[in-house]
Amino acid sequence: MQAPTPATFSSGLASSRRTLRDRLASMNRRRPDETTWESLEEALLGADVGVTTTMATLERLRTTAADQGIVDADELMHALAEGMRASLDADRTLHATAPEREGTTPVWLFVGVNGVGKTTTIGKVGARLSAQGQAVVMAAGDTFRAAATDQLQTWADRCGAELISGSSGADPSSVVHDAVSAAAARGADVVLADTAGRLQNRKNLMDELAKVRRVADREPGAVAETLLVIDATTGQNGLSQARAFAEATDVTGVVLTKLDGSAKGGIVFAIEAELGLPVKLVGLGEGPDDLVDFEPDSYIDALLGVDAD
Amino acid sequence: MFDTLTDRLSGTLRGLRGRGRMRPADVDEALAEIRLALLEADVNVAVVRRFVERVRERSIGGEVTASLTPGQQVTKIVNDELIDILGTSPLDVQFASKPPTVVLLAGLQGSGKTTAAAKLAQWCKSQGRNPLLVGADLQRPAAVEQLRTLARSIDVEVWSEAGDPVDCAAGGLSHAQQAGRDVLIVDTAGRLAVDAELMTEVARISDAVEPHYTFLVVDAMVGQDAVATAETFHATLEVDGIILTKLDGDARGGAALSVAEVVGRPVAFASVGEKIDDFEQFHPDRMASRILGMGDVMTLIEKAERVYEQEEAEAAAQRLVEGTFTLDDFVDQLRQLRKMGNLQSIVSMMPGVSDQVRNAEIDDDRITTAEAIVLSMTPAERVSPEIIDASRRARIAAGSGTSSAQVSNLLKQFTQMRKMMGGMMGLGSKRRPAGRKAARKRGKSTGRAGGGSRTGGGGRATPKGASRTGKPAGKPSVADIDWDALDLKLPGR
Ligand SMILES: Nc1nc2c(ncn2[C@@H]2O[C@H](COP(=O)(O)OP(=O)(O)OP(=O)(O)O)[C@@H](O)[C@H]2O)c(=O)[nH]1
Ligand SMILES: Nc1nc2c(ncn2[C@@H]2O[C@H](COP(=O)(O)OP(=O)(O)OP(=O)(O)O)[C@@H](O)[C@H]2O)c(=O)[nH]1
Ligand SMILES: [Mg+2]
Ligand SMILES: [Mg+2]
Repeated sequence: MQAPTPATFSSGLASSRRTLRDRLASMNRRRPDETTWESLEEALLGADVGVTTTMATLERLRTTAADQGIVDADELMHALAEGMRASLDADRTLHATAPEREGTTPVWLFVGVNGVGKTTTIGKVGARLSAQGQAVVMAAGDTFRAAATDQLQTWADRCGAELISGSSGADPSSVVHDAVSAAAARGADVVLADTAGRLQNRKNLMDELAKVRRVADREPGAVAETLLVIDATTGQNGLSQARAFAEATDVTGVVLTKLDGSAKGGIVFAIEAELGLPVKLVGLGEGPDDLVDFEPDSYIDALLGVDAD
Repeated sequence: MFDTLTDRLSGTLRGLRGRGRMRPADVDEALAEIRLALLEADVNVAVVRRFVERVRERSIGGEVTASLTPGQQVTKIVNDELIDILGTSPLDVQFASKPPTVVLLAGLQGSGKTTAAAKLAQWCKSQGRNPLLVGADLQRPAAVEQLRTLARSIDVEVWSEAGDPVDCAAGGLSHAQQAGRDVLIVDTAGRLAVDAELMTEVARISDAVEPHYTFLVVDAMVGQDAVATAETFHATLEVDGIILTKLDGDARGGAALSVAEVVGRPVAFASVGEKIDDFEQFHPDRMASRILGMGDVMTLIEKAERVYEQEEAEAAAQRLVEGTFTLDDFVDQLRQLRKMGNLQSIVSMMPGVSDQVRNAEIDDDRITTAEAIVLSMTPAERVSPEIIDASRRARIAAGSGTSSAQVSNLLKQFTQMRKMMGGMMGLGSKRRPAGRKAARKRGKSTGRAGGGSRTGGGGRATPKGASRTGKPAGKPSVADIDWDALDLKLPGR
């Protein structure tokens, strides 16, 4: 009952699929012309870097290219990567404990919109910290979504963490508070607190989240990290997410998930470059080990498609 | 940066009026703006390129009419083209003559499949059907439990069995046949298009249940990757329609266009919240406006054209959108609205109108009442309503056959509207958060203040309408007019 894919489509896309390098190769020792700039623009836009950030990035590159008299595709790509790399200069240290809050139990709070991978990331971080010998407590702060606690329980079991949960519909702040108290009493090393997914335009839910953070930051606990989880497929809305969550919860870093797919996650470049929120972790799958630290160099290479060869 | 395409185009093309025909250079200038608007809305670059080319072909040589500015004219072409792609009419779900009608849901991780499965089951029930849900996601922790929890809340049975998802789905089909269920909805695990193994698996599930409808579930916040993903899913499953989720957010949703273009099938359903009832058939015209970042101004213009002389049409639409406000103007506007036909539909076409407003009752009687109140005022009172004190109020109420409270309400709303409209004209002044007023109105359902208030009853407290208009944040608009609070009903109605 379906019409086949319009034939015109794939042909229309073919050009965007060619790697940037291929397209720039036509530069052929001439100064970059409009076609070159268009290719670069499409590459950045196509990676979800966004119109504003793309334009600003290429504007700077134009200056560099003119100053340095660049006439070679490789050199131009190199200059672009360098320029982008310079924008990713935030401190991406993951804080095992809250700075200047000695004697408290550190809490890592995971926030973000619906379905981005908060709970799964907690499972992965829990696996990593457990493997390092830390005693991990997980807080089932998503008391809203169906079976959210069961999902986190599975992850807690997988990595030998203890789960503290409340009943469905319970106040998330009180669940997190209970978890922090329990962790402190047991001398656990860290609390990983899950929260329900929420869209950033829901003021009441953002207020609720701000309260969760305040409660988590109260003795005996102290928030060491508030990690905003961003799905690599996210488009321009990611910036609005970052702004709103940062305002509500003092986000300390970004986790970029689902980078194992075809999406490039370029919005986190805009988020770090424009808002100064450092990307700290990257999710590369659904398994406990599919988590790596963010590395700006390889990320930019992947984003520009230069790792393809 | 301009907020809406209309703003951009009116800037670009203002000088064109009355020149007769649109020249390629004019069109190109407009198209450059359209390209940016679409890119900012997350439409895929390649899709944008081809889209702009098509609009270009349709625009060049088009006549510049007296009633529409060239900018509006190009916008109209863009709008029509968008609606064409998104699906000119809602997908009409036909239930199979030999039940069960089988529906397969597939998509990326976290896109909203499981939630949509439950919502679709509820929708089928509302169509008088007797659905069975199949939990064939045996991969994600607690996925089946999630489906069961949702299904319990709508009293629908869930079939699932551990082991192989293909066998599980096939088992669900036989169970549906035996149990006399007439719709089978299969929830599958999230998967990446680049994961060949899992794509093969979902193809096998599809072969096992031979779906009548395969829906690709797409998150409205998705960016450029929508195309690559949709292409692969379509090539694997022959998608029949799209379910667009999380439309209650403020993403512009350009992915809808990218995906619809790739699969060449309409968006069937819109998911607009986490609760089961936050689900509706998709309206392509509203989506087109959302992607372009404006209300359905074009339709408004078309309606206006029918009522007024051609030359007046644009000015009328302009007045409606921008209105300068005195009480006389207020009543004038209401009268104009009435002349143009169904009020509800007119109001819902204005930029950024929330569902709360859309659903408010704005009927002729209310306008008549408002008119009566204003007509009972002295000219001085109409110009400076601040002078209306209790005794004047009583006089006006008596004169118009209303109550003092109704007069106060109208004045309060008028003052607020004047503020809003003022803000609108100066674009960018601040606007009340959409949710607050609404939360107050629906106070009884907002649950406990602070935490834990999202289950039960009004659970997720902000009412539907407040958050799903897709207008760019921070822009003042007529959406803020509280028609219900206006309370123009006659006593006893
Ligand atoms: N491929 C891939 N899938 C992921 C990754 N991270 C999470 N997922 C999947 O994405 C889906 C959603 O993940 P969750 O962890 O439930 O997301 P969440 O943010 O907790 O969702 P809510 O609590 O419902 O808002 C699940 O199917 C996960 O397995 C990743 O890095 N790669
Ligand atoms: N705000 C909002 N949230 C939604 C909507 N649809 C789904 N969600 C939420 O998005 C998250 C993911 O939804 P699921 O139904 O679990 O998504 P899924 O595609 O089944 O996820 P996987 O099975 O992990 O691939 C959950 O938190 C849902 O409550 C919607 O229309 N609006
Ligand atoms: Mg979760
Ligand atoms: Mg699911």
